[in-house]
Amino acid sequence: MVLVLALGDLHIPHRAPDLPPKFKSMLVPGKIQHIICTGNLCIKEVHDYLKTICSDLQITQGEYDEETRYPETKTLTIGQFKLGVCHGHQRLTSLFPIYRLKVIPWGDLDSLAMLQRQLDVDILVTGHTHQFTAYKHEAGVVINPGSATGAYSSVTCDVNPSFVLMDIDATRVVVYVYELVDGEVKVDKIDFKKTTATTAH
Amino acid sequence: MISDGVEDEDKWLASGIAGLQQNAFYMHRALDSNNLRDALKYSAQMLSELRTSRLSPHKYYELYMRAFDELRKLEMFFKEETRRGCSIIDLYELVQHAGNILPRLYLLCTVGSVYIKSKEAPAKDVLKDLVEMCRGIQHPIRGLFLRSYLSQVSRDKLPDIGSEYEGDADTVMDAVEFVLQNFTEMNKLWVRMHHQGPAREKERREKERSELRDLVGKNLHVLSQIEGVDLDMYRETVLPRVLEQVVNCKDELAQYYLMDCIIQVFPDEYHLQTLEILLAACPQLQPFVDIKTVLSRLMERLSNYAASSTEVSNGMLYSWLQSSNRGTDDDFMLQVLPEFLQVEAFAKLNNYIGKVIEAQVDMPIAGAVTLYSSLLTFTLNVHPDRLDYVDQILGACVKKLSGKGKLDDSRATKQIVSLLSAPLEKYNDIETALKLSNYPRVMEHLDNGTNKVMAGVIIQSIMKNRTSISTSDKVEALFELITGLIKDSDENLHDEIDEEDFHEEQNSVSRLIQMLYNDDPEEMLKNSDIAAEPFVSCFNDADHTLSAACQIICTVRKHILTGGPKRLPFTVPPLIFNALKLVRRLQSQEENTAGEEVATTPKKIFQILNQTIEALSTVPAPELALRLYLECAEAANDCDLEPVAYEFFTQAYILYEEEVSDSRAQVTAIHLIIGTLQRMHVFGVENRDTLTHKATGYSAKLLKKPDQCRAVYACAHLFWVDDSDSIKDGERDCYDLFVRFTVARSSIVPSEKIRCLVGFSLIWDCYDLFVRFTVARVLLCLKRALRIANAAQQMANATRGSSGSVSLFIEILNKYLYFFEKGNSEISVSTIEGLIELITTDLQSDNTTSDPAADAFFASTLRYIQFQKQKGGAMGEKYEPLKVRLAG
Repeated sequence: MVLVLALGDLHIPHRAPDLPPKFKSMLVPGKIQHIICTGNLCIKEVHDYLKTICSDLQITQGEYDEETRYPETKTLTIGQFKLGVCHGHQRLTSLFPIYRLKVIPWGDLDSLAMLQRQLDVDILVTGHTHQFTAYKHEAGVVINPGSATGAYSSVTCDVNPSFVLMDIDATRVVVYVYELVDGEVKVDKIDFKKTTATTAH
Repeated sequence: MISDGVEDEDKWLASGIAGLQQNAFYMHRALDSNNLRDALKYSAQMLSELRTSRLSPHKYYELYMRAFDELRKLEMFFKEETRRGCSIIDLYELVQHAGNILPRLYLLCTVGSVYIKSKEAPAKDVLKDLVEMCRGIQHPIRGLFLRSYLSQVSRDKLPDIGSEYEGDADTVMDAVEFVLQNFTEMNKLWVRMHHQGPAREKERREKERSELRDLVGKNLHVLSQIEGVDLDMYRETVLPRVLEQVVNCKDELAQYYLMDCIIQVFPDEYHLQTLEILLAACPQLQPFVDIKTVLSRLMERLSNYAASSTEVSNGMLYSWLQSSNRGTDDDFMLQVLPEFLQVEAFAKLNNYIGKVIEAQVDMPIAGAVTLYSSLLTFTLNVHPDRLDYVDQILGACVKKLSGKGKLDDSRATKQIVSLLSAPLEKYNDIETALKLSNYPRVMEHLDNGTNKVMAGVIIQSIMKNRTSISTSDKVEALFELITGLIKDSDENLHDEIDEEDFHEEQNSVSRLIQMLYNDDPEEMLKNSDIAAEPFVSCFNDADHTLSAACQIICTVRKHILTGGPKRLPFTVPPLIFNALKLVRRLQSQEENTAGEEVATTPKKIFQILNQTIEALSTVPAPELALRLYLECAEAANDCDLEPVAYEFFTQAYILYEEEVSDSRAQVTAIHLIIGTLQRMHVFGVENRDTLTHKATGYSAKLLKKPDQCRAVYACAHLFWVDDSDSIKDGERDCYDLFVRFTVARSSIVPSEKIRCLVGFSLIWDCYDLFVRFTVARVLLCLKRALRIANAAQQMANATRGSSGSVSLFIEILNKYLYFFEKGNSEISVSTIEGLIELITTDLQSDNTTSDPAADAFFASTLRYIQFQKQKGGAMGEKYEPLKVRLAG
């Protein structure tokens, strides 16, 4: 069992002063094995803070990041899952229809689906829209953990702070979504089981 | 020499102890055989060892303690002796036959103790006699210990109220008189030590003296323990007498210690009621006495007293409400705070602190500030509601500091920081501090570095308490406080500023800007009439009806624009996003209050933002400015402000053309432009065409072929209008489409044909033509991307370099599939098949090195096609004719 924290679009200090205290008290060191951050931290202080939660920190480039040497995309393997990370500002994420539903069925062929095929991953984590979404289909999931600080976004109105914890256990992943709604932390759960193997390399 | 001295002392002590033990042994033998005469003889000889003047106080104490133990046994013996019938008066006379005065007085005190216990004479007479007799010893150390012994044996025999020794003739007054006299004499002896002996040993002597101080202080402790000393007696007798001795002894060490001792041993309510007397003594003390520590302790005690009694009284009040059974104790507790007011504790403390600072001319600034700092702590605890007191203290501090300029004494600045931090910690609310007019004036005296530290403390306090600063006046006051972080002062232009520190401090300013908002929409409307403030002048029009929220933005803007090029990249973005948040709130407000006149319009805000970002682009920080322009454009889009959005885009384009030169930055910028433009719905055909055309142009001019290719196929999305989106909005969209169509057609079909198409009856024909037109342009983009990919491949082949271009083809294939699914009729099955064929050949050809990433990408794309085919339904049908040879 491996716990992976996925978060992004914090936009500290441009759009939010800090993570919500309720989130901070939940994110304690020693519990999480990997952090996947889609980008837009934006400053080193936040990078250092994330490092204190877990030393294995995978970050991709966001367009507002002070640090400009993060890679555009990143892939890593946890359990039997191959994960891909990309912020998404380069990928016309608007094509992602913004539904009110939190979990939407795998539908449109869009740019992110193409990215998922390109990286050849089971789980693709992206950001940029500041809205939590999770697409699910036979071959994989695309997750957007939303903005961990609930930062302003020109794409999404009424952003609630949210992040994602993935509990990866060999071929099974349980995605927990933590969302701060009116000062209360709400948790949602999405179960995903890997059925087909990705291409052998 | 010195080490010899120490060794000698040890030797003397050892011999003293030996002599003492030997005589004690004989004394014990005499006691066992009830031989009074021998007992007295040997005890006197034993006590003679205490006559030494060669020992330091420390060693002397050791010897004294041994003698003390023996004397307890002797006292027991005397007690038994009297029980056996020996007259205590005789005994009292008998011990006075001892040859030397010191043993005689020790024995006298011992018998005296038994004498009082026997009650054959009034305690006061015996005590008076003893304390007078002790004058016989004038050697400081010997005298101090003797009197200490007297105090020790008489402690439980004082004629206190409720004690068994209290009688008609013996009053508590006598007890107090006895202790005071003993105290006075001891203090005299103690002070005299200072003046005895050679001057070169002065330092050592002072050290020894301070070891002895507790002997003197013990008396004050005894006084405080006497039950009969009530407030009146304390005020009338005890305190004046003690203070008289303290002031008159003119000894720094004694004055400091004894003042402190008074404050520590007597109860708080006494101090409160006698504040005037106690404080009046302070300016009379010697100039080098560390009076600030003494006063600080006093204020600390009083404020703790106030704090604890508030707690108690709250608790009492609660239990009183519960039981409605009100006792007198409750009354007392509830009256503690009024008591502070009644005795005007603050006024007195403030007054005397002023006097002390005046009297002690040489007191360093740090000392004075410490005093004010303690007074402030006191005030905050006792009178938390009296902000005027706090301001008064700060004012006094300013007065003391005036003319001193910036302080360079690190201790003083540290004290000022703690002085200024105290109200922040107490009120947890910066707004309170902003009301203190003297606050910024104190800050002016800090050096630049410390000023920044203090500004940091202020910001942290705001962040910790999440205080929002909700009016522009307060924002103005706040910026005055933290001005050290906002702009360069003249001096630190020359200073080396650590880059990392600078970043950290500017990031904290950036965080702070988030807190400067007004969240209450009612407040926003309410304040909209009172906007006749000078800083509204950032609008040139005479519109004075700005909302409070907008005023805040103007105020913040005014200040941060003074920050200079290094600060703007930190401070402009949070301001922009604050403003955009406000725009969004205004939008939702407009929906609620449709028809009403709204004072602040998004349009005005965008106007300010445009100017603000412009400042950023001259810094130069073109990439950041470009991003902000795009964010604003999108916000303007949401407000349906086409000209504003267009203006923002134009600015972004200008920056892209003129300022963004790095090729990697260009790639990111162009993708952001395309992404934003794609989401815009506000543009009419003409504007949209211009912007789209330019974006495509930029894409094709990127430095590297693969970048060009990717940007160009992304542009294809700009031409695509999704059916479902366009039709759902009904008639208006149809009309819009019609206009778009006519403009679009004008470039490709003869004008007369347009004329005959114009008319609403033909709108669906127009629509049809329009769709065909857009699909054609999408295809044009994709084909162009293919051409670029081809060129990239040829370049790669020529240099026998990497085979990365295959990936480009697969990406384009994915785009083809996307538009194919979306119903772009110009994309035929055969085109897709051709592309798949091309990629397959390419991957299998010998002159490309194998690329596992491309292989996997292609395989998963083919898998996807297969998946769509099997899905059935409309999608399955669409994919049906597509023939794919699955690789492997």
